[in-house]
Amino acid sequence: MQQLLNTALGGLTLGMVYAAFALALVLIWRSTRIVNFAQAPMAMLTTFVALTVIDAGYSYWIGFVVALLAGLALGAVIERFVVRHVEGGPEINAVILTLGLFIVLHALASVVFGNRYRSFPAPFGIRGIEVGETTIGLTGFGIFTVVAVLVVMGLLVALFRFTDVGLRMRASAFNPEVARLLGVKVGRMLTLGWALAALVGSLAALLIAGGSLVHPGYMDSIVVYGFVAAVLGGLDSPLGAVVGGLLLGLSLSFVSGYLGSELVALAALGILMAVLLLRPGGLFAQAQERRV
Amino acid sequence: MDGALELRGITVTYGGLTALSEVSLDVEPGTVHGVIGPNGAGKTTLFNVACGFTAPDSGTLTWEGARLTRLRPHDLAGLGIARTLQGVGLFDRMSVLENVVVGADTRARSGFWSSLLGLPRSSHEERQLREEAMTVLERLGVASYAARTPTSLPYPVRKKVALARALAARPRLLLLDEPASGLAADEMDELGELVRELTGEMAVLLVEHHMDLVMRVCDQITVLDFGRRIAQGPPAVVRDDPAVLAAYLGDAVEGV
Repeated sequence: MQQLLNTALGGLTLGMVYAAFALALVLIWRSTRIVNFAQAPMAMLTTFVALTVIDAGYSYWIGFVVALLAGLALGAVIERFVVRHVEGGPEINAVILTLGLFIVLHALASVVFGNRYRSFPAPFGIRGIEVGETTIGLTGFGIFTVVAVLVVMGLLVALFRFTDVGLRMRASAFNPEVARLLGVKVGRMLTLGWALAALVGSLAALLIAGGSLVHPGYMDSIVVYGFVAAVLGGLDSPLGAVVGGLLLGLSLSFVSGYLGSELVALAALGILMAVLLLRPGGLFAQAQERRV
Repeated sequence: MDGALELRGITVTYGGLTALSEVSLDVEPGTVHGVIGPNGAGKTTLFNVACGFTAPDSGTLTWEGARLTRLRPHDLAGLGIARTLQGVGLFDRMSVLENVVVGADTRARSGFWSSLLGLPRSSHEERQLREEAMTVLERLGVASYAARTPTSLPYPVRKKVALARALAARPRLLLLDEPASGLAADEMDELGELVRELTGEMAVLLVEHHMDLVMRVCDQITVLDFGRRIAQGPPAVVRDDPAVLAAYLGDAVEGV
């Protein structure tokens, strides 16, 4: 019973991080039809920025905020100056470009920050919380993870639903030609979309890093899990990304807890294949096709 | 100011085919100018020139006294020009109200960051935008659909929403591309009344093949045939023009 609870709690926490990362991928896919494989090294770079700030003697929270802002800026710069050139062109160009960025950013991180493991601090306890006499599989940092992801998602929903800018971003994503006719500065909206996605990616990276080791490749497996979660949810649906992330986190946690941790990556690929075979549009696929 | 929109000697060729040859017309402020002609006469090409989709091979386009050399689609809104699309072009996954708010939004003045951060002035403006959007929807009689998504609505309602979105921008020139296509007779009457109401508020360029609608709502009419302007003037004059009768109106005019 206790193992079941702990496995579920661990899966939920991890699922939240996958959800955030999947959401970052979905935000970009929706607006630019690009699967941003460079999301992982982009997010990784910002955790190294945070680490540099923390190592310079500032508090964890300053590092945290600086990293999120760095993510925002990096996303905007990459969209405006790199990705902009392939938008609207053949999809394969964009895929190759983001893979290229993946390698370049990796190399950049190795050169600037060093290609070795470094420990990343956590602002809250990373030991299980004690309830009565038993210790449950939920840490203080785990609670922070869940809350942080929920807060950021809430803010994004509010932005898209209730603000002017959100409305224009949605209009640009759904039908850029018409949005342009109505005077929406579509290019600026795409830049903002990438910036927000990169911020969410940074958040996921910071949460994965907290209390563990980071090196230039530490996010690489997460982009795979985030991608599986996004496909599970249908790639086009932010809500789907969140549900997909949670489902994937729970499934992988149970695989790891009951079958063995060496099977986790295999299970993720199994889930990806099953989704693509059985429901290629994802669990939240809309009935109607998007007009391209 | 002479002529809100002036087209002078517009010529457009596609390969060896001349789609428009030396066509000139003025859309005066606050009036409705209709463009009619048989299929293939060059109506759509003319519309596309007026909204910047097609660059003319020769001829000039002047809007409010300034010559537009490289008019591009995304410049329209900033110039105070709105257009409707033949395919309606609504955002399917946004509510009707949200669609119209996006149209009105180009006039919103508060900056990017202040609206991003939801500062008070901005949220006040957003409320105002929503109210204005509702007013336009009410004017077109589709306010009751505000919360629905366009895909769930019948075609005539969607056309009205698209028109509401164009009007919400409070343009000084409205370009209407075949607004009556797909409408039943009574809906067309309603559309005619609405376009008539817009005179005085804005200039309207109406490209349409429904003859009686054009005759009823336009102050000036340009008749095209094989890319050339064969007649121009108020409906009463155009109706009786022998060239027009010969080219196009011969049988259609019977029912007017």
